[in-house]
Amino acid sequence: MTQTVIAANHSKGGAHPGWLGNLLFGGAARVFALLVLVLLLAVMVALIVGAAPAFREYGFAFVWTEAWNPNPEHERYGALAPLYGTLVTSFIAMILGVPISLGIAIFLTELCPDYLKRAISTAVELLAAVPSIIYGMWGLFVLAPLMQKYIEPALIGSVGRIPLAGALFQGPPYGIGLLTAGLILSAMVLPYMVSIMRDVFETVPPQLRESAYGLGATTWEVVRNVVLPYSRVGVIGAFMLALGRALGETMAVTFVVGNSYHIVTSILAPGATISASLANEFAEADGLQLSSLLALGFLLFLLTFSVIGVARLMLMRLERQYG
Amino acid sequence: MTATRTTQAGFTNPSVIRRRKRVNRIVRFLSVGATVAGLFLLTWILAYLTYKGVNTLSFSLFRLDTPPPGSAGGLANAIIGSLLVTGFGILMATPIGILAGTFLIEYGRGTKIAEIIRFVNDMLVSAPSIIIGLFVYQTVVAPLHHFSGWAGAIALAMIALPIIVRTTQDMLQLVPDALREAAYALGAPKWRVIVVVSYRAAFQGMLTGVLLAVARISGETAPLLFTALSNPSSSTNMSQPMATLPVVIYKFAGAPYADWQNLAWAGALLITFSVLILNIVARSFAPRTRN
Repeated sequence: MTQTVIAANHSKGGAHPGWLGNLLFGGAARVFALLVLVLLLAVMVALIVGAAPAFREYGFAFVWTEAWNPNPEHERYGALAPLYGTLVTSFIAMILGVPISLGIAIFLTELCPDYLKRAISTAVELLAAVPSIIYGMWGLFVLAPLMQKYIEPALIGSVGRIPLAGALFQGPPYGIGLLTAGLILSAMVLPYMVSIMRDVFETVPPQLRESAYGLGATTWEVVRNVVLPYSRVGVIGAFMLALGRALGETMAVTFVVGNSYHIVTSILAPGATISASLANEFAEADGLQLSSLLALGFLLFLLTFSVIGVARLMLMRLERQYG
Repeated sequence: MTATRTTQAGFTNPSVIRRRKRVNRIVRFLSVGATVAGLFLLTWILAYLTYKGVNTLSFSLFRLDTPPPGSAGGLANAIIGSLLVTGFGILMATPIGILAGTFLIEYGRGTKIAEIIRFVNDMLVSAPSIIIGLFVYQTVVAPLHHFSGWAGAIALAMIALPIIVRTTQDMLQLVPDALREAAYALGAPKWRVIVVVSYRAAFQGMLTGVLLAVARISGETAPLLFTALSNPSSSTNMSQPMATLPVVIYKFAGAPYADWQNLAWAGALLITFSVLILNIVARSFAPRTRN
């Protein structure tokens, strides 16, 4: 269709009064649209080029080596510890975030009286817009001391005594560590998840919902048997989008993760995430350290973009299915 | 499946009805509880921020530069830097984003390439901003051998761009084809139809998109850490390293000096409320038909 329109304009040549404007405007639009495409490829290429020296030095073993030592005499880098920290903190964020955001989304779409709906929805949107460094500061100055004084000792004293699961809650209460970072992340992705999930729930046609209520179904039965099956793809898409966000989030975790490159079973222990390592070390790094950090960045890129890609495909499917 | 079973039995069996009601009450309770907990947590964060930041808020904050530890100072250099870097960032992203969004709807609607660009753009919207920072370091800072305000502005432009593309595309899609056809029938060339008819019809929504992009990038820290870096004194030279509010907050909050931490809280308060006000203003422009 586009082709024919442009061809028609061209065939008239200079005779059509708007041909030059069409050429310039349409050309610029096309070039800038392609720029978006090129940008993604360029990001990937730039990261690969930057990461190449590290991969040449260490091979693919870089990915599963637990080492991070910038000391020139024993210089050695490996991605395992930051990779582990990234996955563990995001996992904690999702475990807490998913049920809570589901609860809030159900409240907003099914239970909330109309006069509160607008206010709470706006509050959620605004909270999703609060810069992530604010969450990071709150984590450092409020949550970390609370964790150290009350929550972590309580966890060590109770869950920490259970044989197998207890291994996750061992060691001194530092206050900062993987668990604290995961908690901050869950607070940060919460409004984001709620906002997408509410949109997804609203794609369910009111007729379906009302028919179920009309048959005498309770709120929970409507959610479980009508809303969730109908919007399943979108709900999973929303969770994965939030996961993508949690994996790459930097400022909320950098203050509280602890920057330790040793993998410990306990989630109370300090750790590292890819994003926090980049924020802490990149500006002062050079040589092999710089390249290793870029290699970390490349791994983060692969991780987040595959998660986001799948999430977007799922949300697109929902859109196409139900428009 | 479950629904049919429970409803059929539920009409006759009082114990089933009781059980269904009980389950429903528990779920309702949990759902309200989640909402209260979520809102409480987030109110707590904002209240604490206000409480800590408001004490340091004063006129000298806007007049003095960031101090060495132990002496009085403000955030003037960071505020100027943030305005410049954010301003140039949005100036770069807006025309590119609007034209790219225009292509997706007005030229490429339904084509394969437009579909792919849309998908890639949606991925870029949720891309981690620190990766954008790495990219700009690799392509701008490293070849030129120094950090600069321009590098920061380019990084922020890359974050704003996909947001603007997305909203432009959404808003142009809402413009009815009948409007475009009427303009064509009057003999207007395509580019004039787009500028005079489509843009005018979608103007409010596009403005919302740009304002939301400004709000988003003005709080971004990660991509500025290794592009704009920081600068202890006021500067309007975009070719030199430049202090910005988020980076100064990051540096000062993590430092062990009480006066630096106080400045960080004041900066955090400033930036959060600017972002929230921008969001409210942006949403007030949004067309009512949305949602």
